[in-house]
Amino acid sequence: MIEALLQSSAAELTQNRKKAVPVVLSTRIRLARNLSTAPFPGRATSAQRSDVLAKCKSMIGQLKEMKGGYFFDSKALSDLEKQTLVERHLISRELCEGTPGSGVYIRKDQSCSVMINEEDHLRIQILKSGFSLKSAWRQVDAFDTNLEQILDVAFSPEHGYLTACPTNLGTGLRASVMMHLPGLAISGQMERVVRAVNQLGIAVRGLFGEGSDATGHIFQISNQQTLGESEDEILSRLGNVLKTIIDHEFNARYKYLEENRSQLFDQIGRAYGLLQSVHIITSNEAMNLLSLVRLAVDFGLLPETSRGLVDRLFIECQPGHVQLAARQDIAPEQRDIVRASNLRAEFSSLDPLSFDNIVNSS
Amino acid sequence: MSLQRNECVYAVCTLLRFDDDTIMPEKLKCSLCDKEATVHLTQIIQNKIHKVDLCEACAQNKGVTDPEGFALADLLQTANFNVVPETTSGAGTCCPECGYETADFQRTGRLGCAACYTTFEAQLGSVLEDMHTGLRHVGKVPSMALQRQSSVVTLRQLEKALAKAITEEAYEEAATLRDQIHTLQTDKPGQQEITTLYD
Ligand SMILES: [Zn+2]
Ligand SMILES: [Zn+2]
Repeated sequence: MIEALLQSSAAELTQNRKKAVPVVLSTRIRLARNLSTAPFPGRATSAQRSDVLAKCKSMIGQLKEMKGGYFFDSKALSDLEKQTLVERHLISRELCEGTPGSGVYIRKDQSCSVMINEEDHLRIQILKSGFSLKSAWRQVDAFDTNLEQILDVAFSPEHGYLTACPTNLGTGLRASVMMHLPGLAISGQMERVVRAVNQLGIAVRGLFGEGSDATGHIFQISNQQTLGESEDEILSRLGNVLKTIIDHEFNARYKYLEENRSQLFDQIGRAYGLLQSVHIITSNEAMNLLSLVRLAVDFGLLPETSRGLVDRLFIECQPGHVQLAARQDIAPEQRDIVRASNLRAEFSSLDPLSFDNIVNSS
Repeated sequence: MSLQRNECVYAVCTLLRFDDDTIMPEKLKCSLCDKEATVHLTQIIQNKIHKVDLCEACAQNKGVTDPEGFALADLLQTANFNVVPETTSGAGTCCPECGYETADFQRTGRLGCAACYTTFEAQLGSVLEDMHTGLRHVGKVPSMALQRQSSVVTLRQLEKALAKAITEEAYEEAATLRDQIHTLQTDKPGQQEITTLYD
């Protein structure tokens, strides 16, 4: 069902070679919204859920932003397809497990998705490659405003947008920035960073929710509070924290380079060599090796254009993607073989590492 | 409910998993079952530290590993760590719109419908204080939807008044009301062309 989406040559996260930048992989902002006319999905009857799904599906389909987009009813998607959409950050795990009467609308370029009847009636998400809180906010704000012209949303002047869970109350806004932090992770500083930003009401977790030993040195950093501050305040506070983390990450990288030059080059060289010749590899190991290759690009050892490739492979080496691309039911061990073969193919044409091009400071 | 920004309350959330090369003084047990905990959460609410340690399975179950869905305060609630006060003046309250009861709120940490926010206002106060920066919404307002909703309400009121005026044979008043209804109906907000940012 989702083949067209996977084969799209214009997907925001996987096909964005130009916008890929050091440290920040992607920016997501989502808004939680509910209709004033029905109980929240968790409390609604199945008839009410179907009504909400039908109504929202047709309203969203009318929006210009969704022209040519994809709609998937949850019950029409296989578990594997759901897993693949989760890996692309287009749907949440909660939607996968959800009761019937839920679905997702995905914009043609996969930069926007609207989940219907997840925890709230609507979860509107904008997903951008790179660090772009402002533009993601502008787009999600405009989308929300357009929807509000045709849908009556649950809102109170005191509490703002009313959500099923009080943790999303107010703005209903969760901004989440995916960061590649090998410098901080390798030098063992992540735990300190996590504690420090936590004090500011900002949460840090791994790509798929793990803690400070996150796979591929990828961390998601997001705001926790949604009530009591405006969207701009929330985003600028988060933005400031992120900028500080970016600075610390660069410092950590250059310090590590200065003090452990040979080790660093060795790690990068081995990662590169492995990716060119492995025959069995788990997604975890692949992510960790890809992380070092991305770091190599940032250090100037590989051309800038390779960064986009790494970002695509970060997603395509996930279990769901490998399984789906194999077009047949394969066992996990078989999956590791297929993954390795895909990676070898991608890395066979990559430029060689040029250690002489090392950028020694920021 | 206090309108002050609650500066002194931080809902601080730590999510750490220690790997092999991190020195870990002792092996902790999962707060929910007895397996070894690998996910450690800390929340500081009004200088009190709440700690939760979870095993991989329970963390998964409670949605801790779902980056989109997870919020610690939420977990603390659903895991029965008493974030929603058990004994409040509102015990036994039931939402007139959706039938949700205080116990449902305490059990799930979720509300049933928009009206629940009014129904459970008393219980919500302290919960929100622990979770958020302030207690009052200061962000975006769906002005179009609100205007439309209020005009529907006004329309209904006018129609009611009109029916009453007619039964009471107050024809002059009825004519005025008809005019008002007509103006409201022809001047509907929310029917503008939908604009887009993507062009
Ligand atoms: Zn457990
Ligand atoms: Zn209710």
